Amino acid sequence: MALNLSNPARRRLRTLGFLSPWLVGFSVFFAYPLIATVYFSFMHYNQIKEPTFVGLRNWTYVFEQMPLFGPALRNTLWLVVIMVAVRVVFGLSLGLLITKIKTGAGFFRTAFYIPYLAPPVAATVAFVFLLNPGSGPVNEILGAVGISGPNWFNDPDTAKPSLVLLSLWGIGDLMVIFMAALLDVPKEQYEAAELDGAGAFAKFRYVTWPSITPIVMFAVVTGVVQTMQYYTQALVAGKVASGVNIGPGSVIQPGYPDHSTLTVPQLVYQMGFQNFNTGAACVLSLVLFAIAMAVTMLLMRKRSGLLSAED
Amino acid sequence: MTSTTLSAPASPSTPERTSPNRGPAAARARRKRILHWIAVHSVAIAVALLFVLPFVFVFLTSVMSDSQAMSGDLWPDSWHWSNYKAVFETPGFLDWWRNSLMYAGLGTLFTVCSAIPVAYALAKFRFRGRRTAMLLVISTMMLPPQVIVIPMYLVWAQQFHLSGTLWPLIIPMAFGDAYSIFLLRQFLLTIPKEYIESAKVDGCGEFRTMVKIVVPMAKPGIAAIALFQFFYCWNDYFGPQIYAAQNPGAWTLSYGLESFKSAHAVNWNMTMAATLLVMAPVIIVFFFAQKAFVEGVTLTGVKG
Repeated sequence: MALNLSNPARRRLRTLGFLSPWLVGFSVFFAYPLIATVYFSFMHYNQIKEPTFVGLRNWTYVFEQMPLFGPALRNTLWLVVIMVAVRVVFGLSLGLLITKIKTGAGFFRTAFYIPYLAPPVAATVAFVFLLNPGSGPVNEILGAVGISGPNWFNDPDTAKPSLVLLSLWGIGDLMVIFMAALLDVPKEQYEAAELDGAGAFAKFRYVTWPSITPIVMFAVVTGVVQTMQYYTQALVAGKVASGVNIGPGSVIQPGYPDHSTLTVPQLVYQMGFQNFNTGAACVLSLVLFAIAMAVTMLLMRKRSGLLSAED
Repeated sequence: MTSTTLSAPASPSTPERTSPNRGPAAARARRKRILHWIAVHSVAIAVALLFVLPFVFVFLTSVMSDSQAMSGDLWPDSWHWSNYKAVFETPGFLDWWRNSLMYAGLGTLFTVCSAIPVAYALAKFRFRGRRTAMLLVISTMMLPPQVIVIPMYLVWAQQFHLSGTLWPLIIPMAFGDAYSIFLLRQFLLTIPKEYIESAKVDGCGEFRTMVKIVVPMAKPGIAAIALFQFFYCWNDYFGPQIYAAQNPGAWTLSYGLESFKSAHAVNWNMTMAATLLVMAPVIIVFFFAQKAFVEGVTLTGVKG
């Protein structure tokens, strides 16, 4: 078969052919629902009767009257700031540690990496058990050395920090990313710095750091986006720690204890799928989207690893 | 060249010190090195212990008796392996396995089949709008799933009557997953043009070049996206909660586990046994496919 590849029309068709799965996916599963979310945010719709236009009513409801919006937004932003910062610092430290290990590197890498793979629900259920104030092994051990442990997931002040602890257990992906970045730093630069009499700190500050900043940016941007969607762990921790029987259909107050683990995505779910207030749920979705986009764009204005991907 | 970025960290060698120096300075340097070695490894052992202990406690609790599991004891008095049997005999548990396997298996297959041509075109074709297309792929990666879930749910439930099944989660994967496309495209960029050009000189069309030349060379990249997608589906909670919640027959392991805990409100031993069973497949697969995994993670981060 004589394929005339220089024919531009043919080539365009061929390109479209290869891209077609994504073109369909992008329009049907991204562009359409995004537009529909905006549309529904101006509608009153309970998923039974036809939607009716209500202007900005859903928006003013969410921002001015919805009692849980404030706590959910504050919790989400708290998690975005604290969790991302702690994860990046800890991930980088672990990356540095693993590059210094000479003996048994494979073992240590695996030990640090494996918890990252644990399914979030399983990891959360396990942590709620481990940190269980009454009979959990952690407080049991703390008690044995004379420390009375906190109430972890059962205290509004420590519930979010407990979630941070859980997220640190799954730091493996960041560790690997930082490890690879650290190993990419040219060795000659360290040698040159040593000749100039640089100590460990100076070497990190003037050689390591400048060369890994794009990766740190990447980790921060993806961390922010991931934390904006923080859902499963917060929801499951709240439900399991509250200890109530949650059969299908029973509605519990989300964010146990005292809404301290309620996040915006949980509120989207509650509004859209339990209260059938489609309009309010769509407003919340768009708030989430706006914050994620704003933070991402702000961070990407500096050079980040993401866009240097272009060729 | 398939990427070999990751062979380096496994065995960091220190090739200096070929000519042994004598004298007090050398001895001091040697002492310093040994102390450094001890310090680094002590910290590493301590941290590794913290990472491994949760698994150990979960396991030890999973073989305790009902009453001991609530007592705060760390070591089981007697080993109740029958807890595992009881978990498997819990109504629905085997269905959750089947559903998880179906979701993860078909989801992975669809993702791989749709990501390969798209990633190939984005990596190797020159066309107008290539940069824009890439930016759009990245922006879909950045979109929280909660932003689009409501209209999507309404379409699947009201037009296609597929709520209560996992199909609304599986079908979209046949139309490209942004993360997989991005990752595979980054991998394909490392395949030298010459291979593709010489295939064309031999008279291969674009499609045949992809199947015969690119796919075999991209095996590590394809393995990485397949694994990531498998685990994404296996671990997914939000998706099954949206579409399958009302039909326990369609629950997956990840979704079922939490309801399992509520049903066995006081039985931490059973819950921990079930928890380990949900984790087990992921960890077993990891041991067989470590390299592909680590490669995939690095590829998104560093080569990105």
